[in-house]
Amino acid sequence: MKRLMLGNHAIARGCFDAGVRVATAYPGTPSTEITEYISQYDEIYSEWAPNEKVALEVALGAAIFGKRALCSMKHVGLNVASDPLFTASYTGINAGLVVAVADDPGMHSSQNEQDTRNIAKAAKIPVLEPSDSQECLDFARRGFEISEMFDTPVVLRSTTRVSHSQSIVEIDERKEVDFEYKKDVEKYVMMPAMARKRHEIVEEREKRLREFAETVELNRIEEGTSNMAFITSGISYQYVKEAYPDACILKLGMVYPLPEKLVRGFCGRFEKVYVVEELDPFLEENIKVMGVNNIIGKEIFKRTGEYSPSFIKTSIEKCKLEIPYRVDEELPARPPVLCPGCPHRGVFYSLRRIKNAVITGDIGCYTLGALPPFNAMDTCICMGASIGMAHGISKVSDPSIKTIAVIGDSTFIHSGITGLIDAVYNKSNILILILDNITTGMTGHQDHPATGYNIKGEETRQLDIAKLCRSIGCDVVEEIDPYRINENIKRINDLLEIPGVKVVIAKAPCKLHRRYNTTLPGRYVDPDKCKNCKVCLTLGCPAMSYREIPDIDPNLCASCGMCESLCKFGAISMIKE
Amino acid sequence: MKESFDILIVGVGGQGNILFSKILGEAFLNEGYDVKVSEVHGMAQRGGSVVTFVRAGEKVYSPLVDKAQADYIIAFEKLEALRWLEYLKKDGIVIYSDYEIPPMSVISGKSRYPDVDSILKDIGVRHYKIEISSLLMELKNPRVQNTIMLGFFSKLTGIEKQVWERAIENNIRAKLLDINLRAFEMGRDIELKEEELKV
Ligand SMILES: Cc1ncc(C[n+]2csc(CCOP(=O)(O)OP(=O)(O)O)c2C)c(N)n1
Repeated sequence: MKRLMLGNHAIARGCFDAGVRVATAYPGTPSTEITEYISQYDEIYSEWAPNEKVALEVALGAAIFGKRALCSMKHVGLNVASDPLFTASYTGINAGLVVAVADDPGMHSSQNEQDTRNIAKAAKIPVLEPSDSQECLDFARRGFEISEMFDTPVVLRSTTRVSHSQSIVEIDERKEVDFEYKKDVEKYVMMPAMARKRHEIVEEREKRLREFAETVELNRIEEGTSNMAFITSGISYQYVKEAYPDACILKLGMVYPLPEKLVRGFCGRFEKVYVVEELDPFLEENIKVMGVNNIIGKEIFKRTGEYSPSFIKTSIEKCKLEIPYRVDEELPARPPVLCPGCPHRGVFYSLRRIKNAVITGDIGCYTLGALPPFNAMDTCICMGASIGMAHGISKVSDPSIKTIAVIGDSTFIHSGITGLIDAVYNKSNILILILDNITTGMTGHQDHPATGYNIKGEETRQLDIAKLCRSIGCDVVEEIDPYRINENIKRINDLLEIPGVKVVIAKAPCKLHRRYNTTLPGRYVDPDKCKNCKVCLTLGCPAMSYREIPDIDPNLCASCGMCESLCKFGAISMIKE
Repeated sequence: MKESFDILIVGVGGQGNILFSKILGEAFLNEGYDVKVSEVHGMAQRGGSVVTFVRAGEKVYSPLVDKAQADYIIAFEKLEALRWLEYLKKDGIVIYSDYEIPPMSVISGKSRYPDVDSILKDIGVRHYKIEISSLLMELKNPRVQNTIMLGFFSKLTGIEKQVWERAIENNIRAKLLDINLRAFEMGRDIELKEEELKV
């Protein structure tokens, strides 16, 4: 049956068909839906792990024990998981192990634009790159076969436009696959003496993979009728086809290792060949190393952001796209904002009022606290960095400077805990605000160890963040209600006077989460009482607007009541039904 | 049957672009087109400006609609209709809801919400304006604006009404189906009358 499927859904389906038994992940756009779809299959054990390193280790364990396993993450997640990845390349697997990694050219939802192909190459692991949903499904399945044929993890690399586009697929049936586990210390215990031997095997394997790439059906030449020639892969292939439907194309489905004879033969037929790939010149450099020099790549195509058919065409033909309609005046920008009723708003409203503070931030919805009207964040680097950085700053800053780290609940569990242990152990003087909205908000409400539910929505043991912090030895651990703005400003100021490591947990559920959702009637502004002081507008709530006086859109208002609590004139109250 | 459709669906994160494009995609698929839909998930959904691309044709390669390529821009928010205008091809059509969500810079008084109607007229863009609030009032449900827009747009596609209704039934929860089918019908009842342009 033909149906429209999201790339990520198709990867999930391909894994189902391939008989996958274990699927692990930590959420991250644009990879999250792979695991969300897989969690709907009862035949597959799936889980949200606390971070990508753990997720990969769980999958590796299952694979070595003879069951096909998938581990999914976004590009930066692979940094966290690279430690097990690099050595899993040495041990090899037993049943197939596919690591699905989604890159984000254009950084729709990411803090950098790194190219996963480089990491996979460094780990000497083959990389498959699908270019639409059907290929997502097929390549996922092929990935497991190649993984087993060569005894190696396989990276399935997608990008936002592949993961988050729907196209037509035909689905297959599930086939179960089983391998027996045999204890093999030489293979699975990587001490120097064993690892030395395994490294030889890895190098040997790479040679065989190179040979394999010459004939594997994932790489193919599409003959054309014009004299233009391209080497491309992934989403760029679709853009090239759109821009130059008559061109001759070497389409690579396996982008590492590259088939040297195939590439040479292809390039030998043309005066020049365009290499089209988003982000780094990965194909280009690996082809140049072969001594093939009639290729044109990053000298005309950019290394940053996403491509499009018109970008490819205008870069090659050195022309400009005619735009028929343009708006002359500058339009007000619409960056993402904290949702109406978001508990983070209360915290940042308070933080904005703390004087002489350096606030290290972290990654999540709450990173929006860095933007106006709050401007209450100095840094955001990678998950968990807020705590380590605050500790570092506190060791070199003047005592009059208050150092505050702001971190979400999911992020804290992902990689904030070790930072906290460091800060306590090394006698830091910082305040850590854990914004506990009892979910992983940014990526769409995934459960985590402190929500009390697993990926299937079943109840499970709930990590107690406050107890954890106490057992680590923090000097102060307390909970606050993020909506009590004025109280919290005072409390935070008081705590900043106490030396040591202070943890404040601002706890209130995400307003968008179905589990905690209570539909209250919205608030409204009474025009007779409103004195037009506009203090309520400083909350930066998207449910509010301003005509003659502040106004609240009842369709958007989540009735958190913060505007009411700020209004000195009692002009805001709940709509009576 | 039209040869192809290149459509932009634009709005503000949380307005339900994804469901709308799903229904659109499914209807095109059932009508025999090759279809690609490109969505936005993640960061931008938090109240930012969002765009979804829907393409249908005999064979579709790129999931993106390029600048100067869109046959239609369907906007769930008035200002967003302007933001993506460079994607419209010559003589392409904008269909927009007159619903306004002021961006933060407008709320704080740092910028002004533009006069969308007169800008579109001045530039000479073909457009339909859907006056949404009275319709929503009639249905007593603010969440069905997209379905009203869908009903209206469906009349421009040459695809049978039943195909659309089936796609709606397949994608909307039973509890909300009735109100959505009524909203769809309401959209189909809106007269197909383009706004006058200044020449
Ligand atoms: C290594 C890594 N993995 C995943 C992500 C994607 N990601 C960004 S923020 C976030 C979760 C944030 O959740 P939480 O800390 O609870 O904050 P919230 O969004 O709920 O405010 C995730 C998974 C990332 N940026 N880096």
